[in-house]
Amino acid sequence: MTSRTLYRKLVDDHTVTVLDERHVLLFCDLHLMNEYTSPQAFAGLHARGLPVAMPGQNMAVVSHIIPTHPTRIRVIADTDSALQASNLRRNCERHAIALFDTNDPLQGIEHVVAPELGMIRPGMVVICGDSHTTTYGALGALGFGIGTSEVEHVLATQTLVYRRAQDMRIRVDGALPPGTTAKDLVLMIIGRIGAQGARGFVVEFCGSTIDALGVEARFTLCNMAVEAGARGALVAPDAAAIEHVLARAPDIAGDALADALAHWATLRSDDDAVFDVVHAFDARDVAPQVTWGTSPDQVLPIDGRVPRTQDQPEAARRSTEQALRYVRLAPGAPIAGTPVQHVFIGSCTNGRIEDLRAAAQVLHGRHVARGVRAMVVPGSGAVKAQAEREGLDAVFRDAGFEWRQPGCSMCLAMNDDVLAEGVRCASTTNRNFEGRQGRGAITHLMSPAMAAAAAVAGAIVDVRTLEPRHA
Amino acid sequence: MHERHRIEGRAVALRIDNLDTDQIMPKQFLRGIDKSGLARGLLHDLRFDAAGQPRPDCALDKPGDPPRLLVGGANFGCGSSREHAVWGLLQFGVQAVIAPSYGEIFHSNAMQNRLLLVTLPTDVVERLMADADAGGDLRIDLARMRVTSANVDAPFELSPRYRLKMLSGQDDVDLTRLEQARIAAFAKAHHARHPWMKDVAASTRARLDRS
Repeated sequence: MTSRTLYRKLVDDHTVTVLDERHVLLFCDLHLMNEYTSPQAFAGLHARGLPVAMPGQNMAVVSHIIPTHPTRIRVIADTDSALQASNLRRNCERHAIALFDTNDPLQGIEHVVAPELGMIRPGMVVICGDSHTTTYGALGALGFGIGTSEVEHVLATQTLVYRRAQDMRIRVDGALPPGTTAKDLVLMIIGRIGAQGARGFVVEFCGSTIDALGVEARFTLCNMAVEAGARGALVAPDAAAIEHVLARAPDIAGDALADALAHWATLRSDDDAVFDVVHAFDARDVAPQVTWGTSPDQVLPIDGRVPRTQDQPEAARRSTEQALRYVRLAPGAPIAGTPVQHVFIGSCTNGRIEDLRAAAQVLHGRHVARGVRAMVVPGSGAVKAQAEREGLDAVFRDAGFEWRQPGCSMCLAMNDDVLAEGVRCASTTNRNFEGRQGRGAITHLMSPAMAAAAAVAGAIVDVRTLEPRHA
Repeated sequence: MHERHRIEGRAVALRIDNLDTDQIMPKQFLRGIDKSGLARGLLHDLRFDAAGQPRPDCALDKPGDPPRLLVGGANFGCGSSREHAVWGLLQFGVQAVIAPSYGEIFHSNAMQNRLLLVTLPTDVVERLMADADAGGDLRIDLARMRVTSANVDAPFELSPRYRLKMLSGQDDVDLTRLEQARIAAFAKAHHARHPWMKDVAASTRARLDRS
């Protein structure tokens, strides 16, 4: 048998039939839905008069449009958004699909909820009408985003017409320096290879740095791979990943456990597997990263300076010029010291418990700077409850943060958490696109610890320069 | 299904690399449960100022017919999976985009909706942009597989699947449903091999409801 990459093994294990030299009919183990990319798919299904093929392998959450105000009973005031939520409920009831509805205590962002409830298992194919579905590679599952027409196709057939990607391996070795995280690592990688550096590829991350990352950090890494254009991201499941899954999936027991463990042991690229492209990075080069522009690859180490158009390679000049105009920064200025008016901690990238712990650690005994509005939006109800058990909510509140209900919130500002024109935000999210957090609002992506530090300083600052405090 | 061998007409150049789907269709237009009303949202912030007034310098809203083609930068349609971006382009009247490269999910969404995406090298795209700026028509011929304008006559490639979709409008759901028996057999064998992959959503929800 020829050597295969992990990616190729996952595709082969789910290939119902080969359609042509590029496409296969791919079986999908788990399909996640949200309220805004699924309605037209259900409508299409109903227009065809079709049932959902395998309802037990589908689930839905209300995540993107949901308000996050700290109220006990959550009410969606916007009538269109409320209709999206009630429509999702109707569709799920009609087709017997598992739903985590607006006031479900386990409601949250799909990419936080599904893995924390043990639904994501190594070797699965997981799809969702959301680009950040690459997250699940952290557990050795092939996850990727799809459009609404494809959502309809999955509902109708539990399969996808799938174009096979090429194989890329990104090896990272060495210890991440203190004060840096998977977010800094992945931002650095995106900066180096570019916003389309992995377009057309599924990226397998490997190396001693990746081995040393906790599972939640790997979620952050794989989540952001799509910002380099990747069609998927993978980390071969190791003992840490398997432990993470088994702690959350009590149904995997007895014979099934033995079968699962035997299968998971095969989920790695063969030693002589060939990758179309290979990159290598040294984790010791990683400093806290901050985006300066309007694409996630427009990123700097915290001691860096905003680029000057004339210093850029020809191909990047137009983008640099456009981004500089939007973000209102002076070319050549240090990124550190840039004042911020808003801080947002949350999202499917950095809304998990370890992210909140990292931010809280910085905030302990400190306070948000005057003139800064800061909020924490936990990734799910379970994350929020865990944080409250640990007393993190008190740390955030005492520091002057708003402690919110879970949801996607200001990551894409589809609910009422929208920034005003010209407001500059230190954000733990994944996209600094023009208008993403509000028309004319300016987003600087960074890690949770860096965002917390920015809240305290009222400006972008190197978290490593804050005096250590002891809890 | 009507045939679409040729797409021809006015084109607008959008000199923006990594033009993400957030810009193509901003969040405030994603609140529907159907596909309607997206023409207004298309490239909203480029076309309308903060007060909602049309920007006079925006070529997209010039009097007369809307542009039938867009000529864009690299990684056109990157970012969010929202298919609303493709629906909005079509509702606005755009039938084809020409660019050096595309976001992956956007590419799939375009194919599903028969929005033609033509990939050409950057230098050819730049020349097409210049011709579009000069007001000349662009033509895409799917029979000859060439893009032409005042100063360009360039061949392009398209996957057989995409080309067939453009020409015949074949529907993936209809085609895949012909494979239902094969899918059922695959699922049975797959779940016999990996029982812990079966109905995980339903069984997890049931477990949580019990506890």
